[in-house]
Amino acid sequence: MIRELRFTDDVADLPTHKFGPSSLTWWGIIGYMIVEGGFFALAFAAYFFLMGHEQGWPPEGRAAPNLLWGTLFTIVIVVSEIPNTMIKKAANAHDTQGVRALMPIIVGVGAVLLIIRGFEFNNLNVRWTDNAYGSIIWALLLLHTIHLLTDWGDTIVLWALMLTPLGYEGRRFVDTDENALYWRYVWLLWIPIYLMIYWVPRL
Amino acid sequence: MTDIRADKLVDTVEPRSERERVEAENRRLAEERKKIARDGPKLKGAELEGRLDATWRRPPGIIGWLATVDHKEIGRRYIITALLFLALGGVLALAIRLQLARPDSTLISADRYNQLFTMHGSTMMFLFAVPVMEGVAVYIIPLMLGTRSTAFPRLNAFSYYMYLFGGLLLWAAFALNIAPDIGWFAYTPLSGPQFSPGKRADIWAQMITFTEVSALAAAVVLVATILKTRAPGMTLARMPLFAWAMLVVAVMIIFAMPSIALASGMLISDRLVGTQFYNSWEHGDALLWQHLFWFFGHPEVYIIFLPATGFVSVIVETFCRRPVFAYPVVVLALISTGILAFGLWVHHMFATGLPRVGYSFYTAASMTVAIPTGLQIFCWLATMWDGRPRLQVPMLYVVGFIVTFVIGGLSGVIIASVPLDLELHDTYFIVAHFHYVLIGGAVFPLLGILTYWFPKITGRMMSETLGKVGFWIMFLGFQLAFFPMHFAGLLGMPRRVYTYPAGQGLELPNLLSTIGAFAVASAVLVFVVNGLWSLYRGAIAPPNPWDASTLEWAVSSPPPVYNFEHIPVVESRTPLWDEKGELPVVTGLRVDEKELLLTTVVAATPDLREPVPQASPWPLISAIATAIFFITSIFSPWAVVFGAIPTGIALLAWFWPKELKREPEPVIV
Repeated sequence: MIRELRFTDDVADLPTHKFGPSSLTWWGIIGYMIVEGGFFALAFAAYFFLMGHEQGWPPEGRAAPNLLWGTLFTIVIVVSEIPNTMIKKAANAHDTQGVRALMPIIVGVGAVLLIIRGFEFNNLNVRWTDNAYGSIIWALLLLHTIHLLTDWGDTIVLWALMLTPLGYEGRRFVDTDENALYWRYVWLLWIPIYLMIYWVPRL
Repeated sequence: MTDIRADKLVDTVEPRSERERVEAENRRLAEERKKIARDGPKLKGAELEGRLDATWRRPPGIIGWLATVDHKEIGRRYIITALLFLALGGVLALAIRLQLARPDSTLISADRYNQLFTMHGSTMMFLFAVPVMEGVAVYIIPLMLGTRSTAFPRLNAFSYYMYLFGGLLLWAAFALNIAPDIGWFAYTPLSGPQFSPGKRADIWAQMITFTEVSALAAAVVLVATILKTRAPGMTLARMPLFAWAMLVVAVMIIFAMPSIALASGMLISDRLVGTQFYNSWEHGDALLWQHLFWFFGHPEVYIIFLPATGFVSVIVETFCRRPVFAYPVVVLALISTGILAFGLWVHHMFATGLPRVGYSFYTAASMTVAIPTGLQIFCWLATMWDGRPRLQVPMLYVVGFIVTFVIGGLSGVIIASVPLDLELHDTYFIVAHFHYVLIGGAVFPLLGILTYWFPKITGRMMSETLGKVGFWIMFLGFQLAFFPMHFAGLLGMPRRVYTYPAGQGLELPNLLSTIGAFAVASAVLVFVVNGLWSLYRGAIAPPNPWDASTLEWAVSSPPPVYNFEHIPVVESRTPLWDEKGELPVVTGLRVDEKELLLTTVVAATPDLREPVPQASPWPLISAIATAIFFITSIFSPWAVVFGAIPTGIALLAWFWPKELKREPEPVIV
């Protein structure tokens, strides 16, 4: 640049981390949430589109999925918001010890949820190859399982990172805060899926 | 006395509590923070440039080349790769036109012809049109916004590699004679397990997965970049129109692309593990495919077209020496086009049989979308009317765009009407229509903007004479190639059939189209020759050769690796026209580590300082692992399980910090 410079302001004292929409990664996460939400919304649309082709739902001669495991899963995942909120608060308070103590709880809950999920697959009373109803039910459950599994993996990595000296860095608290935000999304998305797999066929 | 000494002894020998250690560490880091070098009145000019260059330059050699996260390098690769795919897709078009030059031609077999038009459409839509727009944006947007990098530069690199591998997959299949032959929209049941045995349809579907992963990543990068990294003072109301267009496009990608990824995932699972989504015998529905495909496919058209409107706004402003007329109207038109684009998909399905009310609704919606587009065109015309247009090559392409696109828009309004669409559906009238809107609407502005930004990217001007010759051959050749197709269509010539019988009046329009197609190809050749010649022999470009108003022209041509030595401050919508010889800047960013300034979303006031990731080979390695995962899962569902493991490991290595010690200020290594 050949032109003259006019110095206006100095940004050296700006912080290097903030929570919420100031954070760059917050926007990245919101972007990917919309992407995944889009996947689910369209899968829901496909579900109702296919439902319109059937006389009964589930189709005649089939039983709706057994309620037990899915309901148990729902209870556990909703209750998991309690430790999740505690982690989010600890992160916002820059409380490394608090985050370190609470992370194993949410990781443990994730493991339990994945085990319950295995039983859910076994209690759908339909196989994905049987008919379009079976295909879409399996697709919804599988999509949510992938969602759960990837976030669980993420959470383990974050937990490991918080145990290192970097666990005292401001930006790691932002990561923790955003990871908790994401977990909230994982369980909120589960609610309509739960209703569609277990209760719409009982209407 | 002794007590105090004993206390001190305890303090140094006994392990202190974790908390005290951390506090001591914090104090040490705070001291070190004071020594960090930052740009400012005391550190500017040549010394600053040298140090920034050393900081921002990627490692040398082939490893550094593969590991780069520089948005300019990635943007260039995107553009060049996409142009190569354009050339390949163009060669296929020539083969198609050769076959159709005469009736009852036996030059190309029916099966090969199916592969040709599938490859042509898929290449042009997924491997050229969308990626080239993203590539231009990835290169230009940070410069235009006055910043030093895109957000998430490693994700940006990953996005490029995913795109490249998807393109290679499709073209390797073509070379091996197993290219898809199901049309670029791969309708079920034709693409399903019953009617497309073998792996051709799977290759198409996985190419989709690659390009969608890539496009979604690039879209997230662009949204975050545009909303958070704008120069201080560049409020949303002062943002260049190209940035507005790309913001709308990136949001559209985020909403539209999951649809095709879900649809193609369901297609693969129907083919591989026996789900029944599209199988009507088990109460699936082939139309489900069409809904999901066009819910993506229609916005896709605007994902290609809206960046081009951004190009047009840029060119019109510069070459008319006047800010674009009615800026708020143009912005609102962009946004409303983006929204309306999601309410039109069913007009691709009029011939499938729909409820009457659906016909009316989607006809009305299809006509409505002409309103914001028309508003934009009137705003450009008003800009030209009120300004002093210079008819240099980029501006010529804009004029060509307006003429051609308006013709395409008018034929679009015609086929938005259901009774006419039922007549014209699947004929060459449709082929004429969408080539008018896609080539006229997107490729013409693209060629204009490549001419316009060529000096910024390469440091040299393109030849004006060759540019003008190329433009006229392109413009006239295009009309010759595609205008006769309207008549072929009205005479009933169907799309996607490898030949036609003699004696039905189709000989002349087809012969003209073929001649026109070769004229277009020669114009592309002129453009390429011009580009290559100018790269070595073109006039050296000054920083702002066109006397334009936006910030990318404030830096040298080509820009230094760090873009701006100080982050500029924006005080108007056309900063370089209003600056009066001095550029306002902010100071205080780090010099010896890569750092960005983040600003607030609406008002663009300084908000945060953000470390920028260093170059890393892991995005490439992650892309390779993901590619192996995707390609093997064409053959076995177990590949999903085993392919996910190396992908997970590569992603972990990407994110895990390479040094686990605290720095005075955050860095991403």
